[in-house]
Amino acid sequence: MSPTPSSESHAPARTRPGRSPLHRMPAGIKLLVLAAAGTGLAFTTSLWVLGGALALTGAGYAIARQPVRRLFGVIRPMIWLLVPIFLVQGFMESWILAVAIVTRIITLVALAQLVTLTTPSDTMIAVITRALTPFRVFGVHPGKVALAISLALRFLPVIGGLAQEVRDAQRARGLGHNPLALALPLLIRTLRMAGDVTDAIEARSGGDDDEDAAPARTPVPVTPRAGSAAASSPAPAPRSS
Amino acid sequence: MKHTVVRTKDIVLIALFAALMAALALFPPITIPALGVPITAQSMGVMLSGAILGAKRGGLSILLFLLLVAIGLPLLSGGRGGLGVFFGPTAGFMFGWVLGAVLIGYLHERAWATIEPFKSFLYCFLGGIVVVYAIGIPWASVNTGVSLVKVAVGSLAFIPGDMLKAGLTALAVVAIRKAFPAMHQPAA
Amino acid sequence: MTTIEVTDVVKRFESFEALKGVSVTLAEKRIGVVGSNGSGKSTFARLLNGLVLPTRGSVVVDGLDTAKAGKAIRRRVGFVFQNPDNQIVFPVVEEDVAFGLKGLKLPRDERESLVDTVLSRYGLEHLRQQPAHTLSGGQKQLLAIAGALITNPACVVFDEPTTLLDLRNARMIARTIREMEQTVIVVTHDLALLNEFDRVLVFDEGRILVDDAPSAALARYVERMQ
Ligand SMILES: Nc1ncnc2c1ncn2[C@@H]1O[C@H](COP(=O)(O)OP(=O)(O)OP(=O)(O)O)[C@@H](O)[C@H]1O
Ligand SMILES: [Mg+2]
Repeated sequence: MSPTPSSESHAPARTRPGRSPLHRMPAGIKLLVLAAAGTGLAFTTSLWVLGGALALTGAGYAIARQPVRRLFGVIRPMIWLLVPIFLVQGFMESWILAVAIVTRIITLVALAQLVTLTTPSDTMIAVITRALTPFRVFGVHPGKVALAISLALRFLPVIGGLAQEVRDAQRARGLGHNPLALALPLLIRTLRMAGDVTDAIEARSGGDDDEDAAPARTPVPVTPRAGSAAASSPAPAPRSS
Repeated sequence: MKHTVVRTKDIVLIALFAALMAALALFPPITIPALGVPITAQSMGVMLSGAILGAKRGGLSILLFLLLVAIGLPLLSGGRGGLGVFFGPTAGFMFGWVLGAVLIGYLHERAWATIEPFKSFLYCFLGGIVVVYAIGIPWASVNTGVSLVKVAVGSLAFIPGDMLKAGLTALAVVAIRKAFPAMHQPAA
Repeated sequence: MTTIEVTDVVKRFESFEALKGVSVTLAEKRIGVVGSNGSGKSTFARLLNGLVLPTRGSVVVDGLDTAKAGKAIRRRVGFVFQNPDNQIVFPVVEEDVAFGLKGLKLPRDERESLVDTVLSRYGLEHLRQQPAHTLSGGQKQLLAIAGALITNPACVVFDEPTTLLDLRNARMIARTIREMEQTVIVVTHDLALLNEFDRVLVFDEGRILVDDAPSAALARYVERMQ
């Protein structure tokens, strides 16, 4: 199994083709529906309700023109859990309950995955950063969260490549199966890289500051201090606010 | 804690370790024949992030990783991703990762100057196994309606693999401390 | 034109002295820096835009002290690193180029036009929407240069900009540097890059050993290396 294709797929998914009503529905609403379904279905074992929800979710896949096959990637690894759950519930409690519980899990997973399939990552990031704005009072800075997400997206392929390089190098030395020989160089190179990336960000953006805490600053105030009179005038007043 | 300001360096470390978590999914799982349970490298990333970055940055890096998974990137081992995984029976273990990394980080920060493999192993055990299972097992029980005890028994098979990861992390952490002794010191 | 005055600078990392008393005034348009590994070149380069602050002494750029006005100086002095992979911080080419403009609060169309201009100047316009990791090494270094130049700094410091590139890309980057309007300070092991420069500094164990025209300076350097 070559990891290359999957490290390629780590690239940010910019857009997903699709013009269905579900694609066009605002991401915030889709997330709210998902949250409501997650909460609501948790309290019911009625086969009617759960079956209805599953049917609606299936209709959603049809409306969004998403082949249900897209869902298998998420469900398949859960099979080894769902089967024993079904059996345990069936033998210990009742087969109706077993069907209800497995239906609920599959419905919620499918619905959540449908939101993902119909919402481009960029949109999701925008929603998340917007949703974080009220948390500013707790010291959460949406701009910094956005930077962290961008950085992570940028360095997914870089660190994936690094991991690959380390693996090849250790394999050449016959250490391909020594987990420590793989983890240590990868960690050390990641930490070194962090220093360089920080320097680059500071060199390119000026450096740490508490952005929005201060009102809009004038760009490039770099005139050399000519006379003391001119220099003593305070920074230009912000236009408004 | 008045200083909630996150420095550029912190943001970079958080982001790079989130990416590292994803990279760990690229290492093929090891299967111990006697157990038949695959051991993936990814949950070792939780222990490494906590131990090396500390409570705050470590926890945030795992949170960021989960955020990337949530927006649909296939970064979980086995190439899984999307909101779906957060509604499955094992989602609690992933939420447990965040708190686990925080505890591992907190313990390592306090003991960084004198960290040795056994201590580090113990911390990774507490955060990466006790905390993670303490959240993951009840979650799975509620999600599936299966009793706590049965879920717990079913989870036992993963403990040996996780102990192995805690041991490897401990060895890595001690080596990293030699190379980067100032890791947990606040910036000058 | 930029003038950088470095006065009696000592830089200590824990107990190790990377720079042991460096004084120099840089005002030429093309300045090269050479020296053996570990001689302090990168430390010196990073002093010039305040990424590294002196343990003792001072660095003053056009009247601004790096210890006090680091942010303003970094807008005036751009920096291009050896490994573009560590300098490209956004996943997509156009986003990355625009990164330097973030704090400036420019109107959207002005920002777009700056991005257009700099991308086309470095022949990257067709890669605008590409994920950065799909670029070749040479294209990545061009992107790094474009990203550093978007804020139109008066001076650009390069730390080994061609070391990781193949011959063809190294020549292309060398030509790009030669054609720049800005004041340029280049740390390099590629002596040919410095042929038409105005001045070359040779570093040795944390000190400036030679400070001369390229031919004379490089001759002394090569002689010393043997
Ligand atoms: N952040 C740091 N912490 C500790 N030591 C450092 C640091 N940065 C540089 N040094 C040390 O300072 C010395 C000079 O380093 P510098 O990077 O300036 O050398 P250089 O001339 O650029 O070398 P090269 O040609 O290898 O790039 C080296 O011995 C290096 O180990
Ligand atoms: Mg150097």
